[in-house]
Amino acid sequence: MTHLSVRSRVLVAISALLLLALFVVPLWRIQLHAPQYPEGLGMLIRVNTITGIKPPDLNNINGLNHYIGMKAIEPEAIPVLDIMPWVVGGLVLAALLVAASGLRVLLTGWLASFAVVGAAGLVEFYLWSYDYGHNLAADAIIKVPGMSYQPPLIGSKQLLNFTAESWPATGSWLALAAFLLGVVALLPAARRSRVIATETVAHVGTDHHLDPIARLTTHVARTPLDGRPDALGSARGA
Amino acid sequence: MQRLRSRRYWLGAGVAAVAVLAFACSRTSATPGDLVGADAASKVYVAPGSKDELYAFMSGGFSGQVSVYGLPSGRLLKVIPVFSQNPENGWGYTEESKPMLQTTFGFIPWDDTHHTELSQTDGVPDGKWLFINGNNTPRIARIDLTRFETEEIIQIPNAAGGHAAPFTTPDGRYVVSATRFSVPVPNTDVPIADYKAKYRGTLSFITADKPGKMDIAFQILMPGYNYDLGHAGKGPSDGWFFFTSYNSEQATTKLETNASQNDKDFIAAVDYRRAEACVVEGKFKTAPAEYMHNYMDDRSHAATSETKRSVKMLDPRDCAGVVYFLPTPKSPHGVDVDPSGEYIVAGGKLATVIPVHSFTKLKQAIADKAFEKDIDGIPVLKYGSVMVGEVQKPGLGPLHTEFDGKGYAYTSMFISSEVVKWKLGTWEVVDRVPTYYSIGHLMIPGGDSKKPYGKYLVAMNKITKDRYLPTGPELFQSAQLYDISGDKMKLLLDFPTIGEPHYAQAIPAELIKEKQVKYYKLSEGTHPDMIKSESEGSIVRKGKRVDVKMVAIRSHFAPDNIEGITMGDTVYFHITNIEQDWDILHGFAVMGATNSELILSPGETKTMKWVPTRVGVYPFYCTDFCSALHQEMSGYLRVSAPGSNVALTANVSPKAKAQLSAVKSGGGGTR
Repeated sequence: MTHLSVRSRVLVAISALLLLALFVVPLWRIQLHAPQYPEGLGMLIRVNTITGIKPPDLNNINGLNHYIGMKAIEPEAIPVLDIMPWVVGGLVLAALLVAASGLRVLLTGWLASFAVVGAAGLVEFYLWSYDYGHNLAADAIIKVPGMSYQPPLIGSKQLLNFTAESWPATGSWLALAAFLLGVVALLPAARRSRVIATETVAHVGTDHHLDPIARLTTHVARTPLDGRPDALGSARGA
Repeated sequence: MQRLRSRRYWLGAGVAAVAVLAFACSRTSATPGDLVGADAASKVYVAPGSKDELYAFMSGGFSGQVSVYGLPSGRLLKVIPVFSQNPENGWGYTEESKPMLQTTFGFIPWDDTHHTELSQTDGVPDGKWLFINGNNTPRIARIDLTRFETEEIIQIPNAAGGHAAPFTTPDGRYVVSATRFSVPVPNTDVPIADYKAKYRGTLSFITADKPGKMDIAFQILMPGYNYDLGHAGKGPSDGWFFFTSYNSEQATTKLETNASQNDKDFIAAVDYRRAEACVVEGKFKTAPAEYMHNYMDDRSHAATSETKRSVKMLDPRDCAGVVYFLPTPKSPHGVDVDPSGEYIVAGGKLATVIPVHSFTKLKQAIADKAFEKDIDGIPVLKYGSVMVGEVQKPGLGPLHTEFDGKGYAYTSMFISSEVVKWKLGTWEVVDRVPTYYSIGHLMIPGGDSKKPYGKYLVAMNKITKDRYLPTGPELFQSAQLYDISGDKMKLLLDFPTIGEPHYAQAIPAELIKEKQVKYYKLSEGTHPDMIKSESEGSIVRKGKRVDVKMVAIRSHFAPDNIEGITMGDTVYFHITNIEQDWDILHGFAVMGATNSELILSPGETKTMKWVPTRVGVYPFYCTDFCSALHQEMSGYLRVSAPGSNVALTANVSPKAKAQLSAVKSGGGGTR
């Protein structure tokens, strides 16, 4: 079993902390702009609920949506919001487990499940917004033939008098950062095994093909050995 | 000596009259545009979407309200209902606001407002509250400036004509009210012929620094003159209050002649710290006095009235040194203290000079006991011992003075219809501009405070005539805005004003605009008949009284079909606007209602009392265009004959049904 370096384990632990922040900061932000709302209107999708950007916004959006026959957005009635905290909590615990055990195979597994969770989240978000945007009441007050009201997954879209803008919020960026840290934690190990292979190459003075990361790794790895700060240069000159 | 001086005044008046004629001539030769600088338009233009620099709070005069204007644009922003019923939004008609207009004379639907006064901290307007007086049935109202709503009204007993009000002390502890018409104290059946012996004036000090706790701290019993205006001292004169009086002749008939005989009347200088000490020392009498104190709770938006039954009355004979009289020519109207607190400027409305007293001289005169005589325990100081200067030939009819903080004073001249700018200390006139027409008060933002904002001057005029497109015999009042930033005053703008805006005050918008309430939080509402969701809608009968609790939300009322009301019932509609969205108001009107409509701010509950007058069906509807489906926001109320067996019902909306089922299933919403 391959073990992770201390640095990698620290990185994974940091990932866990970043994911923990998802219980505080929102994942996604949907903003609505209309002439009558110069002060703005919008909602924040969080790991366990949906809130207004300003406290009454969600109610006001529901109030407006009832004209087009859209179901009211009631966070307590959205099952995925009951599951998400457990899933994210699970990822946090798993990350801590990875950090504690230092098992590389676990990190790989964690990254894979993280990727699946992320993709599933986006799909679920799309399906949810599709349902709200298309599944409209038969007795809707305003009916525009051919019109549906699904907000964009990412980007901007005109929905009657409102321009809807949908963008990842802090939580999504933190999750991405957590994922990338996990990837980085995996990388040095991969590189190190390559470095061992390439060191022999270096000794015969043909390290020109090494990519910059590998060179840097070589540098880091060799510095303690010869104690020279310009070890890379000397390697090149050798 | 007395006669000599009087002759000099008449001479002066003659000269001034000639001067007025001269102004009149020069005015007719000038076209209106000539007086306005070429850059005036750019100085008052506030581009669409931009905001004004200042809020101006203008008394609504005989409208009984306060109007709010933006400066320098002169745009009307709001009319705040205060002393007059306002069917436009239900003020004084709703069950919640009726107590605000209660007095010991009963419910009064009107008053005559005169002077707006911004609350002060350290002698500078702080933007917390606005006070306004009711002159007819003496009262003082406090308006909250986060909501622009009247929150408190206190009645002033032992007074008639609450004119010298509601001027504040620099620390905001008191506002004052002095009686314009002396009356028997207590006010009982006394022959008018006994005026001199038995009629009295009172000066009231009202604590004003705690919301909901306005109260009369004490009253000072004064000789039976007419007390006209007042201003607090500041800086060195902090702790003193100055009131003008006229009718020292104590006439009761044909006052225009009989109260204009004395060369000098008085400014009453009140050492109110001394008064406080006398109250603490128990040198007051507890005088019976019935007056009401009305307060609107800021969570329930419902007012309550309480009747108070006595005041602490101070007689200057029992509290030596509390009041001094400063002889002042002639029937003085305004009394204004300059920003330094040293100069006390009187507007002797029939005088041919503007007399200025010095606070330093006043203190010295008291120390030297430079007294002319004593009236009812009040020492009268010698004019020469307190007067520091007279502005010569200022014009005719000086009324009010404000200051720019740069060493100049500006006095309104009613008769010669102009503003006169003069220099403090040298007392020389440096500029004058005409007003259109017959200016009463003038106002410089912060112009009566320690730190005038300066820059602008607003003239508030009594006569409008030809300034605007004519509108029949009854015209709006008129104001002019002047630029006073340079050496010469420049006319910038005319704008019409409602009622008669006796006085106004203005304050930089920054001090007020950021703290505006946008809607009332439903979660904080405490109105006993408030409902916060459609599922709480109800109808309840108790004998002949029927209470309907209803919500208003875009674009419906819930419930909106009501049956089972019979003739002889009294219906109370408790409507809650459950919106939590800025500027989404709803109205409520019922056919045949003999009171008014309701206008409901988001998160607000108001109650309409409605008594059916005949059997039939009565539509009700939203009066404030709230949404695209506003026209559909309506409902029906059915009134049956007495004794009919129609069940009392109020329908349940689909939304309410969903909410109810959610409640029953234990969930927090529809699933």
